[in-house]
Amino acid sequence: MPTATYIQAINLALKEEMRRDPDVFVMGEDVAALGGAFKATDGILEEFGPARILDTPISEALIVGAGVGAAVQGLRPVVEMQFMDFAACGFDQIVNMAATARYRHGGALDVPLVIRGPSGGGVHGALFHSQDPEAWFTRVPGLKVVAPSTAADARGLLKAAIRDDDPVIFLEHKRLYRSVKEELPEEQEPEPLGRARLARAGSDISIVTYGGTVPLCLEAADRLAAEGVETEVVDLRTLLPLDRDAVRRTVAKTGKLLVVHEDRQTGGLGGEIVAWTVEHCWDLLDAPPQRVTALDCHTPFAPALEAYVLPGTDEIADAARRLAAY
Amino acid sequence: MRSFTSRVDRDLKLYHWMKLTREFEDRVSRLHAQNRILGGVYSGRGQEAVAVGCCADLEPADVIFPLHRDLGAMLVKGVDPGRLMAQLLGKETGLSRGKDSFLHGGDPAHGVFGGTSMLGATLPVACGTALAMKLRRDPHVAVAFFGEGASSRGDVHEAMNFAAVHALPVVFVCENNRYAYSTPQALQMAIEDVADRAAAYGMKGMVSGGNDLGAVLETMARAVRRAREGLGPTLVELKTYRYRGHSEHDPARYRGEEELIQWTSRDPIPRWETYLALRGHDVEKVRGETESEVAQLVDDALAFAEASPDPEPQEALEDLYATPLDVAPSAVPAGSEAAASYPP
Ligand SMILES: Cc1ncc(C[n+]2csc(CCOP(=O)(O)OP(=O)(O)O)c2C)c(N)n1
Repeated sequence: MPTATYIQAINLALKEEMRRDPDVFVMGEDVAALGGAFKATDGILEEFGPARILDTPISEALIVGAGVGAAVQGLRPVVEMQFMDFAACGFDQIVNMAATARYRHGGALDVPLVIRGPSGGGVHGALFHSQDPEAWFTRVPGLKVVAPSTAADARGLLKAAIRDDDPVIFLEHKRLYRSVKEELPEEQEPEPLGRARLARAGSDISIVTYGGTVPLCLEAADRLAAEGVETEVVDLRTLLPLDRDAVRRTVAKTGKLLVVHEDRQTGGLGGEIVAWTVEHCWDLLDAPPQRVTALDCHTPFAPALEAYVLPGTDEIADAARRLAAY
Repeated sequence: MRSFTSRVDRDLKLYHWMKLTREFEDRVSRLHAQNRILGGVYSGRGQEAVAVGCCADLEPADVIFPLHRDLGAMLVKGVDPGRLMAQLLGKETGLSRGKDSFLHGGDPAHGVFGGTSMLGATLPVACGTALAMKLRRDPHVAVAFFGEGASSRGDVHEAMNFAAVHALPVVFVCENNRYAYSTPQALQMAIEDVADRAAAYGMKGMVSGGNDLGAVLETMARAVRRAREGLGPTLVELKTYRYRGHSEHDPARYRGEEELIQWTSRDPIPRWETYLALRGHDVEKVRGETESEVAQLVDDALAFAEASPDPEPQEALEDLYATPLDVAPSAVPAGSEAAASYPP
């Protein structure tokens, strides 16, 4: 297989799952004839016909709700939010309808629904096309939340999400869509949800991260390596359920934890990871765990403002350096 | 269609279901007054013809999306009365195994999807179920109930618009009982008939008396037939009235006695008795027999529910996911054996 971008990997996973299972179908705004705002669903209409991919009105509550209704009827819908920011318009259907369906039916229902779409900033999308909404969802039992950072993971994890019997929020960082390019294998099995990936091995400090900040952390790790500091980078990949064991393993190795995410700090996932580490891995720690995140602010438009608010490689490298020297 | 052996059989079953619904709901109201039911109780007393008439002729694989006053619809759809009562009592044998209250538990085996509290939120879901039926050429229909109050929500608009665009096999049933909690219809909308909105979606709208079982059956038959024949969705509005307060805590002082008397005089049950009498039944006899039958059924349901165990506390963490997640690590209590051995 030639190289594929992150978005091509998503497109590939969708088509592969649609070929494998006639119950998989796609629904969203401008997904069919246009192939999606970012072309995630390009070519699906041509290959599978209009019974497998549906353009919907601009109705996010409907898109998610109808996804639930089709899922409980035995289909495996993959619904697109044109931008994940708009999930806010379908929020009730996600957190109250989809997430509780199995629970309130006493376990008698499966909800094999994937809600996917672009999230994240750094592309001057401004307030409503840049948000990192993961923490809206990571505290909702009944949901799973996935945020891949490589093309191979985007493909493998999306396959697993489609085959999963619970609702999955699948966050695709839009800055990675075309900046990430990899060689992909001809055939690829689903990548199990809930397991972190060791993105880089190291022995001095650990960075735990996911999604859009993974490439930045790897870049920072390269810089530190030149200075003699060996950084381990753990890519969480799935945010709910969280691979706490992977966090514990890397902390056991280095004793120093830096959590990095593009989402804002307060109420972000980093707080949970640090709290859990302090509660459960205290004896393994050689330094107070640190966080590098966006500022507690909206993601603004003007490049100078956006760069100021979002975490960048320099800040990650600085924090890592300080932690290594602690 | 559902197999009734004859018209007589159907006429009597319909009567039985309305009487069962009323007996069941009245018992639930009493249990609530006696503090034997936790949580909110929303009585559909007076609206039995809607609940029964809309579901009587549905097939087992047709899926209904009942609202909080549609206990009768669930009974007609075949939900076991004992499990339903256990649901209201929060028992292990209830539809949601104690997870949620009142009518939020569904029964997929009988084509009943349990809603959330969010009014109108099941309409988009019903569209998805109808879409799945259409895509699979499955000849069944989805029936979604909502109140005239809920009709003000955006979900309702999104659902109706989508259903009409794709000619989905769905029937939207608006149970217009004139009040949304305390708010009269006139403060909810500036129109008299919610069904007027159907035209704006390019959908068929029908209005009918909701206390007239015959009219409900006839209207629903037309709407369901259209859905099954691929002619798309219908918005059916049934005019009715709730006798009791919004919930059992609500004395409903916001409405006049005159209104209540007027509507009580149009009660659906005596009306159906008149029909049965015209069909030559001995109504006194039928009533007597039916009342002892339904009282027995409700007694049995209550006995089953009360004898059922409460869920075990740790079952709170069950039914969250298809494959249970290990939620324990973040919840290891300090000093426990697990905490002592952690990290391993
Ligand atoms: C979205 C939402 N807002 C508010 C409520 C609180 N609430 C519960 S029932 C009700 C009135 C419902 O009126 P209607 O839809 O006409 O149905 P009815 O109770 O009359 O059958 C309200 C406001 C709710 N459950 N959901």
